[in-house]
Amino acid sequence: MNNKKKKNMLPALAMAGPVSVWMILFVTIPMLYIIYISFMSRGVFGDVVYKFSTESYKTILDPTYFKVILKSLKAAGITTILCLLLGYPLAYIIAHKPKDTAAKLITLIMIPFWTNSLMRLNSWLLLFQTSGPINNFLVGTGIVKEPITFIYTDGLVLIGLITNMLPFAVLPLYSTIEKLDKSLIEASADLGASAATTFMRVTLPITFPGIFSAIILVFIPSLGIYTVTDMLGGGKILYIGNIIKNQFGSIRNWPLGAALSVMLIVITMLLIFIYTRFAKIEDMEVV
Amino acid sequence: MSKIAKKRKRLNIISNVYAFLVYALLYIPVAVMMVFSFNDQKYNYYWNGFTTQWYTKLFTNSTLVDSLIYSLIIAVLSTLISVFIGTIGALGLKRYEFKMKKFIDNMLYIPIIVPEIVLAVALLIIFLKVGVSMGMGTILIGHCTFCIPYAIVTIKGRISGDNETLEEASMDLGANRVQTLLRVTLPNIFPGVMSAAFLSFTMSFDDVVMSNMLAGAKQSTLPVLILSMNKTGVTPDVNALATIMILIIVAAMILNNIIQGALHKRVK
Repeated sequence: MNNKKKKNMLPALAMAGPVSVWMILFVTIPMLYIIYISFMSRGVFGDVVYKFSTESYKTILDPTYFKVILKSLKAAGITTILCLLLGYPLAYIIAHKPKDTAAKLITLIMIPFWTNSLMRLNSWLLLFQTSGPINNFLVGTGIVKEPITFIYTDGLVLIGLITNMLPFAVLPLYSTIEKLDKSLIEASADLGASAATTFMRVTLPITFPGIFSAIILVFIPSLGIYTVTDMLGGGKILYIGNIIKNQFGSIRNWPLGAALSVMLIVITMLLIFIYTRFAKIEDMEVV
Repeated sequence: MSKIAKKRKRLNIISNVYAFLVYALLYIPVAVMMVFSFNDQKYNYYWNGFTTQWYTKLFTNSTLVDSLIYSLIIAVLSTLISVFIGTIGALGLKRYEFKMKKFIDNMLYIPIIVPEIVLAVALLIIFLKVGVSMGMGTILIGHCTFCIPYAIVTIKGRISGDNETLEEASMDLGANRVQTLLRVTLPNIFPGVMSAAFLSFTMSFDDVVMSNMLAGAKQSTLPVLILSMNKTGVTPDVNALATIMILIIVAAMILNNIIQGALHKRVK
């Protein structure tokens, strides 16, 4: 009996073994280690002193850093809301097209994302720079006298964030709206509900898991991203991602970078925890 | 025309216009990128007339070509590793029950959901602690760490109950496990494996964060090079390169659709 059981474990080991080892080595251990480092302190020369300390977490609450955190949360929040407001109607429209058309429209959403993401961000810079087409048009038509400084502003960073994140809102929204049982909508209409009432009381609640997937898939990456701020903020606009990156580069304060990372992990886990209250994590459409 | 039909038609027009505008928002950056690849100005600071010189001079910029080749090698290798581990892993995690299974399933969601910078710095400090030298190896590990989970999620979605019945039939007919895997299971999940490969390749090729944090001093990937060019202005030859690349990808996709369509018809 025992022998038979052992023999049966071999294929499981051969197939699930490599991924298990990979995940433990390169996800579990590094994640635990970064939590550990966040409770250490920084030496005079930017080295890590292995002595327990909560100093890094106190530094996070310091106004200079806390302001950045609030700013990042605000930017990620606005990005999420605008992606939902832009993406929900689009997903709804696509879901109500014939199957063939819908599949093509979804592919059309993906195509820009196979273009290098930094080059797409760079395009916003080209378009909005001082002697770029937008400013040339505005000055040429006399709408403004002097070129407007669009670049290196929070507004342009927001445009970059929204256009980079929008598909991650549209795709999960599309798949929940598409699965929605159309007879429920008809039943609601037959029972005398107006289109608006049907939407608010039937469509919206049923598609809520899709909405929450979209929130997670847009909010969390927006919170940690530094490429958008680097490309469109010109080093002047810093979000959490930039601050973390700098701690491991020029500034060399690993415990602080680790503590900020742990904070991002906690925010992520919190959102996932809320998500699992009403939907299964396996059902989250991540690709 | 009845009032309701008229109203429906108007709603239809409004929704199509809306969809068009959102699509425009997504395609404007791509269009601008392409247009500025023909700009006769060294740093693309302003429009200075039409030229095709960046396309002909493209391969004389050795920094650009080197980083492109480096990125391609890394993308191909991470795709191969991720798809291999991802395919057998997806089957193993779907089919077998073992003690750590739930734990591994949960671990897979971490690289997908937690911001990439967190995992990148976590890997960085582990590598530095252990004393691994930074370079292609560390970038590969970083890329595979986020490609494998995506590969597994994509392939898992393809494994259904039908496969299992077919596999049992194959084993009953005397095929061993390996034969069954290669001749029955793999052909069944092949479309999933292909999308996983495509996804891994594009994610690795476009990655900035891992490549930036885990790179050695010698060579940067194309996206990291672009990020560093940002301070002075990205030169138009990069626009030209990116334009060629997106055209190749779209052409490959259309070709793939045609082949898949033809195969599908033959099966029918």
